Amino acid sequence: MLMRRIAYRSSMFVLAIALVVALWEGYKVVGPQDGGKLFGVSILPRANNTAMPHVWTMLSRYGRPEVRGSDTKIWSVVLSGTLFSLRLSLVGFFLGTTIGVGLAVLMSRFKVVQRGLLPYLVMSQTVPLIALAPLVVSWGGKLEIGSFIWPRWLSASILGTFLAFFPIAVGTLRGLASAPAAAVELMDSYAASWRQTLFKLRFPAAVPFMVPAFKLGASGAVVGVVVAEISTGLKGGIGRLIIEYAREATGDPAKVFTAVFGAAALGITMSGLVALSDVLLMRNRPKETSA
Amino acid sequence: MRKKTLKFAFAGIAVVSLVVGACGGSDDEATEDTSAATEETTAPVEECTTPTPVKLQLQWFTQAQFAGYYAAQDQGFYADQCLDVTIMEGAVDITPQNVLADGQADFAISWVSKALASREGGANIVNIAQVFQRSGTLQVSFKDKNITTAADFEGKTIGNWGFGNEFEIFAALTQAGLDPAKDVTLVQQQFDMAGLLSGDIDAAEAMTYNEYAMVLEAINPATGALYTADDFNVVSYEAEGVGMLQDAIWADGSRIDDPAYVDTATKFVAASLQGWAFCRDNVETCRDIVVSKGSKLGSSHQLWQMNEVNKLIWPADGGAGVIDSAAWERTSSLSQSAKNLEGGTVLTAAPDDGAYTNDIVTAALAMLDAMGVDTSGSAYMPITVELAEGGN
Repeated sequence: MLMRRIAYRSSMFVLAIALVVALWEGYKVVGPQDGGKLFGVSILPRANNTAMPHVWTMLSRYGRPEVRGSDTKIWSVVLSGTLFSLRLSLVGFFLGTTIGVGLAVLMSRFKVVQRGLLPYLVMSQTVPLIALAPLVVSWGGKLEIGSFIWPRWLSASILGTFLAFFPIAVGTLRGLASAPAAAVELMDSYAASWRQTLFKLRFPAAVPFMVPAFKLGASGAVVGVVVAEISTGLKGGIGRLIIEYAREATGDPAKVFTAVFGAAALGITMSGLVALSDVLLMRNRPKETSA
Repeated sequence: MRKKTLKFAFAGIAVVSLVVGACGGSDDEATEDTSAATEETTAPVEECTTPTPVKLQLQWFTQAQFAGYYAAQDQGFYADQCLDVTIMEGAVDITPQNVLADGQADFAISWVSKALASREGGANIVNIAQVFQRSGTLQVSFKDKNITTAADFEGKTIGNWGFGNEFEIFAALTQAGLDPAKDVTLVQQQFDMAGLLSGDIDAAEAMTYNEYAMVLEAINPATGALYTADDFNVVSYEAEGVGMLQDAIWADGSRIDDPAYVDTATKFVAASLQGWAFCRDNVETCRDIVVSKGSKLGSSHQLWQMNEVNKLIWPADGGAGVIDSAAWERTSSLSQSAKNLEGGTVLTAAPDDGAYTNDIVTAALAMLDAMGVDTSGSAYMPITVELAEGGN
């Protein structure tokens, strides 16, 4: 049953990619080379090779060297950039999870904290990431906590955390409050402590709310890290590669797409990891209807 | 990094105690101290036990635009001056002059007009060496648009990058009697030149050493070969008479009276100019140095950039890095007169006298002359670079 579902899922995945490729190439055949304009406003993208390189051009770019004369093929550069950013995103995601769940527990325990803190959490998400990025990055090499020296990469992770913790905090809070009143009363009648109620009742009840929140948090962590890399030029990651390759989009348009696909793969990997936790945590429960 | 900060702090304490010692101590002590200090400033120190840490903030990613600094690092010119230089790359949201003013860097590379705007805004920074003597900004358009001077901008779509890179466009428009808000359509341009090639932009902003090469590295769909210079008209802001001073080394104004900082700055400028002189004479070696420092741009593009950057520096009649008062005046007066979209200007008042100093670069040039380095490059001849597709 499980094997069949995996086979079905993966064949659908391949089919979906084939569909996207077919759409891309199909549009290149029928679409206007210089874009469609309506009342002087571009509404249809250009189908020419600069704006939309052929799929095979982009894929074959992976096999060619990054710059002429170098032995490093582009796939290895993109792969190492993706892995670098994956590490940063994971750190950001775990910090975001810790902070998010911690805040949620605090807020569910003390209503006054919830009332006082929640508006600020919402407000925090309205601060543009690019405004925060240079500030946080400037901590790199300057901030010292005991013998711990703040490394530059950690700043990028922190920006991932910044985007990740919010959905996790809000989702978990909602989940913790979702335990049926009757069940809470039952726990009360057992004279269960707050901690017992939390771990035996509230957290299990919160799981269906937490998993989708984690999914949002995971993609938020990726976005935060990639934007931080672009904005502050942190070397080694996929965001940095995107902006560096984008500069060459005039003469080598396929190059920037290799990095963009790397970023997409990063996002898929992160949400895949969360989906895995979903399978583990939800194994004894009725499945989420939307998958 | 922590160790470096500590060392720097120790160096600072050492200097303070030297000064205190010189003021308060007996005559013998004072003489000793000054003689030690003179030795340090005049010749490269033979015995360098603890190099002075120096942080340099660039404007953008590693590329040949900053080759001189990388060459000085790679060829050991900084080490010869007992400096341990860390070169920090720029990025989209990093403003070098602010990084400098915040004390996170010891020196920064920035365009003069942008830095003066920051200075007017309260950033205490001082131009100590004008590395690029000429402006490298162009406005590139296809031949059939017939844009050969700034006056032809009228009614056209003009691309610019913003972030303070557009001041020369406003200066040219003002000089041509055009109103930026009404007579032209100004559009924000990407970092590539796709907007020009696709026809969205009539005339695109380009640096001689970077974006102009990008269009010459792109395939012309009509011929299947690369575009050539004959396909384009180029308006050079330097030739239009509205060129503004660009890459300069800026120092921290709050430390400019500190003798130790001035000493470091002099050595830093000297070694940097030595690096630039090296790149003038060894164009291909410098290209390789920049590529080895992690530039992602292709090698023919990088060689082109190195060559074009050399043209902006050399020949330097008044000596490399010296701030030409006429060019400075032009930059500052254009910054006060050129009207932008809102009718405002870059600067509201003339920059004060403290905005630049030639003292440091003059001392640095004297050091280089003593070492036999050619600092005017009067015999400089650019090379011819052939660009390959995609700059590779």
